[in-house]
Amino acid sequence: MTGDGRVTVQLCPGGPMLLRGADEVVADDGTVHPVGRPVVALCRCRRSQRMPWCDNSHKARRTDRADRADRPERSDEN
Amino acid sequence: MSEAVIRALTVPTGPRPVPSPDDARRVTDPLTDRDFQLALWMLYELHYRGFDGIDPDLEWDPLLIAARRPMEAALEAAVRELAAVDDEPTTAKEVATALTRMTNGCGAGELATFLGRHATKTQFREYLAERAVYHLHESDPQSFVLPRIDGPAKVALAELQYDEYGSGRPDRIHAGLYAKALTSLGIPTDLLTHVDRAEATTLASVNTMSLFALNRRLRGAALGHLAAFEATSSLPCAAIAEGARRLGLPPEVADYYDEHVEADAVHEQLAIRDICGALVENEPALGADVVLGAAACLAVDGLAADVLLDRWRDLRSAAS
Repeated sequence: MTGDGRVTVQLCPGGPMLLRGADEVVADDGTVHPVGRPVVALCRCRRSQRMPWCDNSHKARRTDRADRADRPERSDEN
Repeated sequence: MSEAVIRALTVPTGPRPVPSPDDARRVTDPLTDRDFQLALWMLYELHYRGFDGIDPDLEWDPLLIAARRPMEAALEAAVRELAAVDDEPTTAKEVATALTRMTNGCGAGELATFLGRHATKTQFREYLAERAVYHLHESDPQSFVLPRIDGPAKVALAELQYDEYGSGRPDRIHAGLYAKALTSLGIPTDLLTHVDRAEATTLASVNTMSLFALNRRLRGAALGHLAAFEATSSLPCAAIAEGARRLGLPPEVADYYDEHVEADAVHEQLAIRDICGALVENEPALGADVVLGAAACLAVDGLAADVLLDRWRDLRSAAS
């Protein structure tokens, strides 16, 4: 993908792995996912609903827990 | 003020009335004043696409620029007051920590959760029409920042913008994906139709981006704003895509939001670390502005979301 053929990986603290310059990602089950953008974020927490891509679920989980703890009585009307 | 701007844009020759500095100072709450926001939006739009039938030379008309200055000062003061922050990170690591802390607890947010689970088709369409004011120009404000920065931050911003503009595929420009979603629902893609009806706070949301992007002095705020925007986008977009599927809307609608779940998970990391981190590493004095921009994004967009939620809530209580 990149002009000079370099493929690089960047690990984000508490977040995904950024992959630059790849053409495809082969998932656990052997499925080949073509890479359509210059940089992709790969899930590292295994909670993504869109594996192998990061969908920020690593944050949602924290938030859901906080929601339950902070606002247990919240209803849809409020 | 908006009528004065329209007259100033359309009177062909002779004396042209423009909003005065006193007009701008008299506005008590710029963020919720539709007339003020509309006037400023039109002045900014001269720098983007302009208007059919309006002289393109007016972009740099001294009278209009002079009229805009006090309006921008009023908006900046209001944004600074609303987004008051007391944090001055001066290293890449401190900036990443500050931006992550500010955006981590946001989750999907009330508005996206409502769209995902409860909104009617009418409410969903209203949302798309309201947000068209931004999305039809998606990412354009931030492009003005590119020539104003250097080094690794510039490279990272260019990389992010390349993705926003379709990664080499004209059919995947994000603004174009949004237009396709609108068209699939029979909603017009003409920007002015939506600006005419938009809430003050929606206009304030896009005007804040233009304020930061068109004033080089505020480049740190422009990029902090971008980081907060991207970091609070994936989870809401996933919820909104679910709402589109729940309501059985055409696939173009979910496609726009699905694209943003994955893209913005990437962009968040790029914006926080490679753009804002590198910017502050290069220009440590901009750290406070980066945080200001992020806080402004969260606060102003939060206001805009609350206005929509309140509108729908009022409808619901009126019906019951």
